[in-house]
Order: sequence, then C-alpha cells, then structure tokens
Amino acid sequence: MTTATVSRWDRFRESFFWYSFKRDKVAIVSFSVLLLMVLAAVFAPLLAPADPYDLALINIMNSELPPVGLSGADPAFPLGTDAQGRDLLSTILYGTRVSLMIGFGAVVLQAFLGILFGLLAGYLGGKVDAVLMRIADVQLSFSTLMVAIIVGAVFKASFGNLMFGEIAIYMLIFIIGVAEWPQIARTVRASVLAEKKKEYVDAAKVMGFGTRRIMFRHILPNTLSPIFVIATVQIANAIISEAALSFLGLGMPETQPSLGSLIKSGFDYIQSGSWWITLIPGLVLVVLVLVINLLGDWLRDVMNPRLYKG
Amino acid sequence: MTSPLVSIRGLEKRFDLSGSLLEQITFEGGRFRRKQEAVHAINGVDLEVHKGEALCVVGESGCGKSTVARTVMGLLSPSAGEIHYDGQRIDNLERKDSLPYRRKMQMIFQNPYASLNPRMTIQQTLEEPIRFHHPDWSPVQVRDKIHEVMHSVGIDPDWGSRFGHEFSGGQRQRIAIARALAVDPEFIVADEPISALDVSIQAQVLNLLMDAQESRGLTYLFITHDLAVVEHFGTRVAVMYLGRVCELADTKTLFSAPRHPYTQALLSAIPKLEDDRPNHIRLKGEVPTPVNLPSGCVFHGRCPYANERCRQEVPQLITTDGGTQVACHAVDEGRL
Repeated sequence: MTTATVSRWDRFRESFFWYSFKRDKVAIVSFSVLLLMVLAAVFAPLLAPADPYDLALINIMNSELPPVGLSGADPAFPLGTDAQGRDLLSTILYGTRVSLMIGFGAVVLQAFLGILFGLLAGYLGGKVDAVLMRIADVQLSFSTLMVAIIVGAVFKASFGNLMFGEIAIYMLIFIIGVAEWPQIARTVRASVLAEKKKEYVDAAKVMGFGTRRIMFRHILPNTLSPIFVIATVQIANAIISEAALSFLGLGMPETQPSLGSLIKSGFDYIQSGSWWITLIPGLVLVVLVLVINLLGDWLRDVMNPRLYKG
Repeated sequence: MTSPLVSIRGLEKRFDLSGSLLEQITFEGGRFRRKQEAVHAINGVDLEVHKGEALCVVGESGCGKSTVARTVMGLLSPSAGEIHYDGQRIDNLERKDSLPYRRKMQMIFQNPYASLNPRMTIQQTLEEPIRFHHPDWSPVQVRDKIHEVMHSVGIDPDWGSRFGHEFSGGQRQRIAIARALAVDPEFIVADEPISALDVSIQAQVLNLLMDAQESRGLTYLFITHDLAVVEHFGTRVAVMYLGRVCELADTKTLFSAPRHPYTQALLSAIPKLEDDRPNHIRLKGEVPTPVNLPSGCVFHGRCPYANERCRQEVPQLITTDGGTQVACHAVDEGRL
C-alpha cells in the first residue's frame, strides 16, 4: 500500500484550502498581520514597555506627549502618551487584547447558541423550527446596538460605575453574543436542511442512532464550513460593536481600555492637537477589522465551491 | 409454508400537500372551505417476505416502491397498516425497543455518492455502528469485525483511513454494503442499489449481494426498475403500479406467464436481441396523478380489458392456479 497512512498534516498540505492560501497574496498578508496582532495582544504583558493598568506607574506630568519624531517627544513613549500619561503603545497592546477577547468571546457564545438552535430548528423542523426561527426574527428586528445600549445602560445604572468596570468585559461578551446568534442559527439551519435529506443521514437513522448523535456527529461536521466563514466575519463585527459601545461610553471603562474606549478618550483632545490618542488606536482597529474581513472573504471563496474563480 | 420473516399488511402512506391550516382554507363559491390534498404514495400494499428469499419490487418511477422500502425500515411512518418482523409488530415501537430490529434489518441506498458521510473515514463509518450495537466489544473484536466485512465486500482494510470521496462509485457502494453487513443483519432492504452505477460495475455489486446472501443467509427486499436484474436476482417478484401491488409471483412464472395486463405491457417493453420488429404493448394515456386516485382499479384508465366493474371496485390480490397472485377483475372473471 502506497498511501495507506496519510497523516492529518499531509492531508492538510495537499488540500485545496492550503493550495489556494499559498496562491492568494491578500490572504497571506491578512493572515500574517492578524497573526502578528493576535500574538502581540496575547503577549502584551511581555511586550509592552509599561503596565497601563498599574496606576502607580502613571505620571500625570507625562500626559499628552506626542509620538517619537515630533517635537517634545519622549523616547520612553514611542507612540506618545494619552491624557492620563499612560504609554500609548502599551495601552494599545492591552486594548487590542481586550478587543480581541471580546470579539472571540462573543463569537464563541454566538456560535454555541447559533449552532444549538440552528441544528434543533433545522433537524427537528415543525413547531421547534417555527418557534426558534420566530424568536430569531424578533431578535433580528432589534438593532444589536440598540439592545446593547439599553442593557448596558440598565446594568451601568444598577451596578454603579466601579462594579460595572469589573464585569464590563463579560457583559459585553454576553450582550454582543446574545444579540447576534440568529445570524449563525439561520446559516446552520439552512445547511442542516440541505444535509438532512442526504442518504448518509438515512443510513444513520437505519442504524438506530439517536437524534443527538445524528445531529452532532453526522450533520454538524458537514455544516461547519459556512459556520467558519460567518464566525470569522462576526469576530470583526463584534469588535466593531464593542468599539461603538465603548465610544458611546457603555463599553470598557477607561481604566481597562479597549480600542474603542481609547478612541473615545482621545476624542476629547483631538481639537487641542493631541490627535495621536484617537488616530493610532483607530488605525489599529481599522487594520484589525480589515484583515479579519479580508480573511473572511477569502474563506468564503474557498469553502463555497460554487464560487471557484477560473 | 413457514411464517414470513417480514410481513406488510394493508400498508398506506400519504404525503400531505396542503400545508398548514391557513393554507388549506380556500374561498370558493361565496364560502370558505377547508381543502386538503395528499399524494397517495402507497394504497394498501400487502407483501410477505420469506426467510432466505430475495423479493424484488418493480415498477415505474413514482409507483411507491421506494416508499415501501423506507416505510419498512422505519424512515417513514405508515399512514395506515402494519409491518411485522418475525411475528412482532415493529412500525409503532419506541426507539429503544426498536434497537434490536435495527441490527437485524439494514438498508442499502441508491446513491453511493450521498450515502457515506463525507467527513468520516471508512474506518469510522464502519466502526460506529459496531461500537454502537456492541458496546461491550473490545477494540480488537471491533477491528477484526471491520476487517472481516471489508474483506467480504472486496475492500482492502488498509484503505480504512481514507474518506468516501476518494473512492469510485462501485467501491463506495461496496463500503455501503459493508456498513450494512457490519451489524450482522438478517434482512436487507436494497433501494435501487445498482441503478447509480456503471453497467460494468452493476454485475459485480449484484454478485456481491448474491454471495453475501448465500454466505450469511440473508433475506432481501430488493427495489429496482431493472427487469433484467430481477430475472437474475429475484426469488419472487412484486409488480407495483400507482401504490398498489398488481401482481406477485415466482420470478420464473412471472416472466414466462405474466397475468396482469400491466405486467404484460411492462414485460413486453424489455428490448430483445431478436427484436427487429418490436411488438410492444402500447398503453394509452399517462399514469394518473397519485393526488386524485382513480376509482376502482388504479389501472382501469389504461387497461384494454377494463369494464364497468373495474371502474367501480378495487381488485384484491387473488391466487390463480399457476400460483401467481394477481389483482385483476379480468383474470378473476376468466376474461383474460
């Protein structure tokens, strides 16, 4: 036997996925940039020159220093400082970390709810389908941001600023995750409807397998590629939603800033000449969302064989 | 005669067309009316499958033969009628109680390109049913069983780590057969198992099925529209038309002396080598829609021998002196 044992890695290297990745420059660049940002965010405590969460290290005398290269810059703060005198580079690294955590966390929650409800609705059909999909419709008819603003405002009012600051990250994950699950649920349901008519599902039923086993072990793996695509785009959406909420003052507190709250905190000073506090985190946010979206587009092209480009 | 392994009694299956209650309400002639429509896929089928035989069900597209197969396997629940396996009624069992029958009854599907899970390797495809039905088996026992079934269908056990899409249609169908055999069934429903395959592969798969029947003592319910296959494979043949069995006979008897007018027309349509001047029986008209079934005999609109009784009364299967069971008033009255 020549090809009896093919390792997972070999299989991956021979796959269309890897082949098209190698040939797509946009995908390679996007992936490298994203990987770089994720690594920088994950290892922020090691990479950052200062700890922006440690109030004892902040000197108000250092506030609003410009980035290196402009007059009045301090080489200790390569990207300058914000209004409180925090090193902007460190704050951005920590902020990217918070933004990515919220993005991934919200999408994990979305995917969990969306896959569960989508599978149930698609596979069981009938009343379950009708009820779940009507709930999804109702939920989609509210704008995510509006729901988030209401819930966020209520929580902020009832817990107080200090307490809210501590649980803000979980709150945001919860709000964004719950608000957006119908997107994934609908996608999953559509693929399940197509898959459940195929004969391998009948074969599993004839074997006497239970509904749960058929749903999760037989149908779910075959619906993963659209979920993958949607989830990628949803990470970008979640990061944007979080930034928008933070900008409105309902997101991460300034003591633990995300990219969105950094932009907001700098916005007050943009007229007084300290443009870098807003602009640099803004740029990071744009690049982060852009590369995720580009990767999502590329994934969609690869995973939907009907869109093969000639 | 011994008691049948599988017996189907008065089986009916309707598929609802009319949708939800709101969609059923129509406005006609100044008043609201509730209108319900259904496709009558099977209309009272009685069949018995005896141990060790291969009962072939033939008929044209849409006559309900696949629906019979799927209902017997429990993929569809019958609208009326009963299905018995070895004397035990099985169509109304709870899932837990039906598990032993899941092991005894297996199914082979038409399309080998869709019947293997694309995300599972062959090993996983074969392993899962064995582990599911024999949770107490050791890994060595499971492996030996997989090797045994793979050998018996002519698939190299070393190919286990491959996925279904890496095989040809004939190989996939062999794997699908191996999956059915993995749980040691007694009874196999084969729903057009070779119609999606190349002609050169059809014979191989058919012979594989016959070998398995011999070595494992299997009983088949074989759904097909290929009369040549029936002649080669079947012990007995049931001819279906519009959801009813119109003739049931031993293969030899049916092919040499068809009684029902529809069977006669069907058999005359087989192309023969000496056919320089084909002598097909041409039926007039089309198959009626299964939504509005014709009254009486479902075949009366196209039957050259139909009379008033055929238009009124539904014929039941009667046994003729040749041993053939046939549902035809003309045969009953000796007109044919």
